[in-house]
Amino acid sequence: MGEAAFRQGVREAAGAPAAILLAGFLGFGALAAAQGIPLPVAVASTVLIWALPGQLIFVEMHALAAPLAVTIVAVMLSSARFLPMTLMLMPEIRDARHRAWQYYALAQLLSLSGWTFAVARFPQLPRAQRLAWFYGFALVLVATSALSTAAGYVGADRLAPAVQLALVFMVPMYYLLILSGAVRERIAALGLACGAVAGPLAYFVTPQWSVVLGGLSGGTAAYLLLRPR
Amino acid sequence: MDLWLLLALCGLATYLWRGAGVLVSSGIDAKSEVFTWVSCVAYAIIAGVVSRMLLMPTGTLAETTLLERALGSAAAALVYFRLTRRNLLAGIFAGALALWLLKL
Repeated sequence: MGEAAFRQGVREAAGAPAAILLAGFLGFGALAAAQGIPLPVAVASTVLIWALPGQLIFVEMHALAAPLAVTIVAVMLSSARFLPMTLMLMPEIRDARHRAWQYYALAQLLSLSGWTFAVARFPQLPRAQRLAWFYGFALVLVATSALSTAAGYVGADRLAPAVQLALVFMVPMYYLLILSGAVRERIAALGLACGAVAGPLAYFVTPQWSVVLGGLSGGTAAYLLLRPR
Repeated sequence: MDLWLLLALCGLATYLWRGAGVLVSSGIDAKSEVFTWVSCVAYAIIAGVVSRMLLMPTGTLAETTLLERALGSAAAALVYFRLTRRNLLAGIFAGALALWLLKL
């Protein structure tokens, strides 16, 4: 019964949703190659972390030779958003026929893009089919992203230096365009603006702590600006 | 430092939030103030990392000038916002292509 929903999820992901991730993870693979991360580690990070901001931090902090604890704190801060995302999705997916482990496996497959599509799609899907649909959808996204990571890595490693540069440049372009689309929301606009200023400033003070320091100070400033008293 | 160990810990650090969301999934309001702050910090972190990559790049991108990166960004934005109906893939590739042409 879930098979049809699974296949439908696969079909719906294999198009624009997968194409978006292709570009982002091609760039990530190239960046990982340029920063000296081994290919298996780069591809495994896509499957194990499965959150591009966390992966970028992992690669960048490695390049900065940041201490282990600082890297983990930075990744944790960047991924805290998964808690409210999962909280919002769970009531839409829970069904008496599912087993608990299926929810915990689903949690690992969740990404910001997958979550965004699921939230928009679920109202039209019967509750019992949503879990299978999401598995199909998310597995296509993970597989596409892992292959793109490898392709970007190998491309950056083998092709001319100018091509490597262009591939690495896809990472900031990916976020520049995606985030500029989010600016209509007040939270996003303030968070992005404060972070864009605080990140580089923190880098002047302490490169190794800059991600944590910039994120906390920029994010808190945005939060305070959001609700004037 | 073992990179695999670091990767495993980073994966675990991310999964803690994911798993916690499933575990507690009732009784916490996903729209509470704490999560507004969490959202602000998440946006600030990624904006900070990306703006630093564009303004003060390390590694490969450091071989480009600020002007070249600005022109690449302008090409991406032009294709994304003006020439296509917000086609993300086209916009990103346009930015990359522009930088590649500038570096030939």
